[in-house]
Amino acid sequence: MGNVKHQNQQGFLIAAFLLMLSPGALLANVSGSDYPMKRVTDIFDPQSLPAEMIMTPAMVVLWITLGIFVVVTTLLVFIVIRYRRKSSDDGSEPPQIYGSTNIELAWTVIPILITVVLILVTSRTIGEIQNKVFPENALHIRLVGHQWWWEIHYPQLGIITANEIHVPMSYRDPAKARPTRIDLQSADVIHSFWVPQLAGKTDLVPNRTNKTWIEPFEPGVYFGNCAEYCGTQHANMLLRVIVHTPEDFERWVAAQKAPIPAPVTSVELEGEKLFYSTSCINCHKVGDSVAQGIFGPDLSKLMLRQTIGAGVAPLDDKHLWAWVKDPQEVKVGCLMPNMQLLDAEVDSIVAYLKTLK
Amino acid sequence: MATETSTVEKDYEFSAPQKVGHEKGSLTRIIQELVFTVDHKKLGLMYIGAGLIFFVVAGLMATMIRAQLFFPNNTFLEPAVFNRFFTMHGTAMVFLVGMPIIFGFANYLVPLMIGARDMAFPRLNAFGFWTFLFSGLLLYFSYLGGPGLYAAGSAPDVGWFAYSPLTSRAFSRGTSTDYWTLSLLMGGIASISTAINLIVTIVSYRCKGMTLGRMPLFVWLYLVVGFLVIIAVPPLTACQIMLMLDRYLGAAFFDTQAGGSAVLWQHFFWIFGHPEVYILILPGFAIASEVIPVFSRKPIFGYPIMVAATVMIAFLSLGVWAHHMFTVGMTSLGNTFFAISTMLIAIPTGIKIFNWLGTMYGGKIRLELPMMFCIGFLFQFLIAGLTGVILAVAPFTWQLSDSYFVVAHFHYVLIGGLLYTVFAGIYYWYPKAFGKMPNKKLGLLHFWLFTIGFHLTFAPQHVSGLLGMPRRIFTYEAGRGWEIWNQLSTIGVLIQIPGILFFVINLLYSYWKGKPAGDDPWDAWTLEWATTSPPADYNFAKLPEVKSRRPLWDLKHPDDPDWKYE
Repeated sequence: MGNVKHQNQQGFLIAAFLLMLSPGALLANVSGSDYPMKRVTDIFDPQSLPAEMIMTPAMVVLWITLGIFVVVTTLLVFIVIRYRRKSSDDGSEPPQIYGSTNIELAWTVIPILITVVLILVTSRTIGEIQNKVFPENALHIRLVGHQWWWEIHYPQLGIITANEIHVPMSYRDPAKARPTRIDLQSADVIHSFWVPQLAGKTDLVPNRTNKTWIEPFEPGVYFGNCAEYCGTQHANMLLRVIVHTPEDFERWVAAQKAPIPAPVTSVELEGEKLFYSTSCINCHKVGDSVAQGIFGPDLSKLMLRQTIGAGVAPLDDKHLWAWVKDPQEVKVGCLMPNMQLLDAEVDSIVAYLKTLK
Repeated sequence: MATETSTVEKDYEFSAPQKVGHEKGSLTRIIQELVFTVDHKKLGLMYIGAGLIFFVVAGLMATMIRAQLFFPNNTFLEPAVFNRFFTMHGTAMVFLVGMPIIFGFANYLVPLMIGARDMAFPRLNAFGFWTFLFSGLLLYFSYLGGPGLYAAGSAPDVGWFAYSPLTSRAFSRGTSTDYWTLSLLMGGIASISTAINLIVTIVSYRCKGMTLGRMPLFVWLYLVVGFLVIIAVPPLTACQIMLMLDRYLGAAFFDTQAGGSAVLWQHFFWIFGHPEVYILILPGFAIASEVIPVFSRKPIFGYPIMVAATVMIAFLSLGVWAHHMFTVGMTSLGNTFFAISTMLIAIPTGIKIFNWLGTMYGGKIRLELPMMFCIGFLFQFLIAGLTGVILAVAPFTWQLSDSYFVVAHFHYVLIGGLLYTVFAGIYYWYPKAFGKMPNKKLGLLHFWLFTIGFHLTFAPQHVSGLLGMPRRIFTYEAGRGWEIWNQLSTIGVLIQIPGILFFVINLLYSYWKGKPAGDDPWDAWTLEWATTSPPADYNFAKLPEVKSRRPLWDLKHPDDPDWKYE
């Protein structure tokens, strides 16, 4: 047992050493793209507490309904075969039965009993999930839905980001548990937070603060969607939750809080000038600069993310270029207009954006 | 004798002075008859016919939707076009297909079954039909008229339950949402007028001897549907008016940016929307409750408890609306209440399924077309009911809500449940309405193709829902595990389409080439089979008098009549 722990520590040290050697690798690890990508969001493979708790009543009701299905279908098939009119039928009418109080009572009382069981199981789980008491150290996130992206605030940490929620993993040991509680709000229409392997969905309703929570136990990148139809690009309002080991999470927090490096090369400087002289800054925020727009995603640490456009494309040179050139080509109907930039201008702005890390 | 009479009539017709263009059978004459008629039978058939036409249009939209979802990242349809298609598909299927078809059956059959000469208010009846028809045309006209002043819009794209504030002017520019609102307002007026007519007819126009306890179950279920419509539709009408006030007169009922409530809309809509599900499915039960006994050759098992279960379902259905809202952030008490009330509905619904099975048990089941569709209905409605119980488990619905699992569930209810009984009803009463038997071979092709296609389309959607696929997305990334299920689903549609084609061909073919049906081809027991096929104007030469629930059984078996046992 001790040996295993020792090996783990050794592995961690080697990893940390390698990370220090290579800034690129460090970046990848902070963005979480080294973790397993949980693309298949099977709700029967829950990786987090509320999703796991849901499985209890879910399995009860699935087995009960499967049982009823088998019994009634068998009965139906049997009746159709057994009481089919034979070709040798004499044309007489069968005995006319008008009903039977006892039988009818039986198929009223048995369903009532089944229903009572379901009601008890369901009510218990509703209470357990909705009335969760959080430990002091729980991470707090405020998630704001926009057409068609997610704005993410960490009030305890002073971090604002978009579309990718970073949380630390939790432990089953109550002493080490660290759940994440999430306040859900909307800036425009109704959206819905749904990361199937972590928790059931809860809507983001304007003029209202809804609450949900997650408590994942395995590091990984968990996929989710906006689950309430919210307009043209509802389908591309994707969400990723990156569950870090506690150490990696601290590293991510540190990276988010670190000052943004200043642009160096001439093309980066040219891009910065363009960025601040066009209307980019009306909607986007970059650190403490004059760019304090709130209508679009915060770009301060853009390069620490995996995707752009709320998951519509991976964050790489090609797609970033295409997005800056004409977002309407990448995500038609999205609220960022085509800025009518020349190709050379797009080159510089992309060069500048790539310094935001 | 018969030929003699017709010759006499012919002579008379030729000798009668006529206006040019008004000869019997001329187009002008046919249009005139359709437009001016107040006959419940003609209006009933027009309701069903219009509903079937809208069904084909809305079905083609669904086909486009399925084609777009065949591949991940498909670019067959623009997102805006896709969103309009699913909005129009849903709205049309509920308000322009479901509602007119159920009212069509009521119109045609209720007066015949209770031994009346027409509905209580024939002109109100015509008013209801035309209001409905123009509400549908108005909705589809949005494709042309929707762009409006702002060049934004075209057809509605807010989803069939149009959650605010997506419908406020900030997020829905142009006039498309107004077309949707006005169309539903008109449709609501039509539904309420028909429902009032139905209730008054059933309460006041029953023939001699037909006590409430002797009404066919069909009529009982429609009585309950009538009351449900009157209770459920006004909240819809109210919230449509409130939405109009929001959009044009600066009210702020639902406009969250002015302090309104987005959840308020959902309460209004689902207080209508959930009883609406039962408004649509109870007529399905009504048809099944007529067809299953006749083709099992036994009376309905447990008539009183069937009536009681129906009333119970209707009553409970008024108290479950927020199970559509388990994810809006209700308190745990609210969620528990609505989970419990929803589960309770399973009890009377279960009673109904068991009683239909009890009717078939010990009978001599004739596997004619109507019965085959009813057996399909029983199997599919069982699945739909059980997924309904699954969805009543609120925590599980936090996962399943707004996913493809829900899409699968309500298509099993509305297609597997309602549409199958509608097909059963059409094949069952086709000989009564047109005097010709539907073709069995074409009907069997329709049944098997449609059944295979239906299950192939909607069963996989349960799985994609369980794999986290949300509804109403026009595209999805590759690698989420959804491809195969969507592809199966689309292939299923390709099998359903020829099924529907055979149905339409059957309707037309049998009209001209079908075997003559006679008055009572199925050897049935209710009053509509006591008159001619098709029934003459005003239905009955002499109003009938009944002594039991199965007046024709009493006639055919004078030695062993029902009234001895009831």
